[in-house]
Amino acid sequence: MPSTMPVAENSTLGKLKVYLGYAAGVGKTFQMLADGQAAAQRGLDIVLAYFEPHARPDTIAQVQGLEILPHRKIEYRGRTFEEMDTEAILGRKPQIALVDELAHMNVPGSARTKRWEDVQELLHAGIEVWTTMNVQHIESLNDQVWQVTGIQVRETVPDWVIRQAAEIVAVDVTPEALLNRLKRGAIYKPEMVQKALQGFFKGSNLGALRELTLRQAAHEVDLQQSAYDETGSVQGPRTSETSPGGKADDPWKERILIHITADPSTAILIRRGRRVADYLHADCMALFVHRTTEVSPLLASEREAVEKHLRFARGLRIETRVTGGSDVAKTVVEFARNNQVTQIFVAQSQTRLGERLRGRNFAENIVRMAADLQVTVVADRSRRLRS
Amino acid sequence: MRLSELPRPSPERLLKQAQAEESKRWGARLKIFLGYAPGVGKSYRMLDEARRRRERGEDVVVGAVQQEPSEELQALLRKLERIEPLETSSGQTMDLDAILRRAPQVCVVDPLATENPPGSRNRYRWQDVQELMRNGVSVLTSVNLLHVVEYREKVQAITGKHTTEAIPKSFLLAADDIVIVDVPTDLCLWRLGEKLTPTGISNSRERELSELRELALLLTAEVVDAQLESYVHAHGIEPVFGTHERFLVCITPQCNAKTMIESGKRNKERFQGELFVVYVRRPQDTDKEKAALESYLESAYEAGATIEVIESNDPIEGITEFAHQNRITQIFIGHRSQENWRDWLFGDPVLRLIRGAEGIDVRVFPD
Repeated sequence: MPSTMPVAENSTLGKLKVYLGYAAGVGKTFQMLADGQAAAQRGLDIVLAYFEPHARPDTIAQVQGLEILPHRKIEYRGRTFEEMDTEAILGRKPQIALVDELAHMNVPGSARTKRWEDVQELLHAGIEVWTTMNVQHIESLNDQVWQVTGIQVRETVPDWVIRQAAEIVAVDVTPEALLNRLKRGAIYKPEMVQKALQGFFKGSNLGALRELTLRQAAHEVDLQQSAYDETGSVQGPRTSETSPGGKADDPWKERILIHITADPSTAILIRRGRRVADYLHADCMALFVHRTTEVSPLLASEREAVEKHLRFARGLRIETRVTGGSDVAKTVVEFARNNQVTQIFVAQSQTRLGERLRGRNFAENIVRMAADLQVTVVADRSRRLRS
Repeated sequence: MRLSELPRPSPERLLKQAQAEESKRWGARLKIFLGYAPGVGKSYRMLDEARRRRERGEDVVVGAVQQEPSEELQALLRKLERIEPLETSSGQTMDLDAILRRAPQVCVVDPLATENPPGSRNRYRWQDVQELMRNGVSVLTSVNLLHVVEYREKVQAITGKHTTEAIPKSFLLAADDIVIVDVPTDLCLWRLGEKLTPTGISNSRERELSELRELALLLTAEVVDAQLESYVHAHGIEPVFGTHERFLVCITPQCNAKTMIESGKRNKERFQGELFVVYVRRPQDTDKEKAALESYLESAYEAGATIEVIESNDPIEGITEFAHQNRITQIFIGHRSQENWRDWLFGDPVLRLIRGAEGIDVRVFPD
């Protein structure tokens, strides 16, 4: 299962450390800089590779004495944007680079679209990277965050990127303290405060995001233990036999199959399948079936959507397959049986009128046909939003 | 075991509510700084907050400090007012009466898990804290996971260390605020004077600490979830779905209940979630079916599930309602191998459940 393993096999790969928070202003950057200062004092070769210029005064005070690398200036539509200068960092080649805001999307015209891709470059050059992010930017949590807060987050980081992290640090503060900081104007400019209070900072959102952060951090810490048990010292008290990691002889070893279609709900399905597979230490694959009996070929827009979904699945390190069949549901179920799949993931599709007249929709057909397998019908979480 | 003998969670919840309401009445707030081991920096974070609050005009005193505070802590303590401890024949203790006479807004109590010398008014320091709060004094305090009663056995199994001072978990659950002071294990050990190791887990000692760290994170998440729930109750808003996984296994005498419960247990453990098992009582159940259900419910109990019996004319409606009330994220249900006349009349129950489970995943198991 090379697709789900972290790339950390390579000994020259730099280590990644993620400071995880639940909102702007919890103190991720402050904590990272404080740890950076301590590391610099111990004589480690550490640079500040990217730092948000809108930082708060007490955060800026933490920068004093650290080597700051210049940002790259990029012109876009008549304005100048500052981005991390990855090439300059690679040239400088420090032991440790501090990079603020892992989930940031680069301005068009940059060498790479996303900052986490820049960070990959640094890691591959053997540089250790310390970075910050909020829980709502984790790809597989996207729908849960949407369900919990009613806000859809666009800038996301694939889970496998975070899974590479040798260390994750939960930066915790109470929502009450955070709201005080916000109202004192310590997080956003005054004109932004009202907007924030109606968005992520609203009512129960902070508590819910905080809980997600703590649970995510606990999960990552748990995975680090498994990774240590599998690769770390053999003289440790726990050998791999007792580790929860998916061994070949594990009778519970699961294999998840995600059914891909052109329907937009497929994105939710892929994220959910990936997340469940990660937690259950299961293998995960995705399948698209094109109907061979169709008179007209796939519409261009449908083909595009399917390709987008297949790319998205591969981006989350899910093995993808494409096959044809006259009966799509039957083909999916047969594929599952032939590939030792234990669980099929299908979307809870909107029932079309024709299907309603025939009695069942697609998901229901799969449930009916795959009586020997587990079938998970994944809900469309966006449909149950809190007011 | 009979169903009627199964413990119910409600009295505990009522107690928690009563505790919370009592302190709220006096306007005092309890804030706890939780760490997974010594050396994470709980006391520093707490005293630094005390300093900031004092600078912003709050009336803050320090009622108790740990023995031999570090240079860093002493620097913070110099900026704060201290109430000297009481010297008794059997040792030092926090001077509760002196603090109550001084009547500050906020009192720092470090650490929380201490047993008072014999002859003191309260046996434990956490009881002193309750007394301060009853008198309207807000408290900032710190505690180490190892001192939480319910975790002592686990911690002991991991570290081999034994402690006598302990506080009940309910005390943490009733706190107004809890903050986890989370640092990587290598930094924690480094602060205790050990050699700094590379980022990540690199030896068995760090492996041990990492397990404690995971427990502390999950304990904090649990407290945050409880706070969220009471916030939702107090504000009359719809429950928050999806902050953590809550599995609902629906069993009938016909389904493959053992496998489903086993899977539910495994999912609960892997996701650090919660497990619920329900069955819908039907008048036509035979004695044999009732006996089968009893044995299923026993294994559900052993799996740590919350068990619920639903009496409803329409099982699917009952299940859906229960799932929504309990913020369920995944429903496990058994396949129906044979259709009968009722299905023909009302529709296949599994398919009806899938349609009715708005926002909840449905996992269908083979018979």
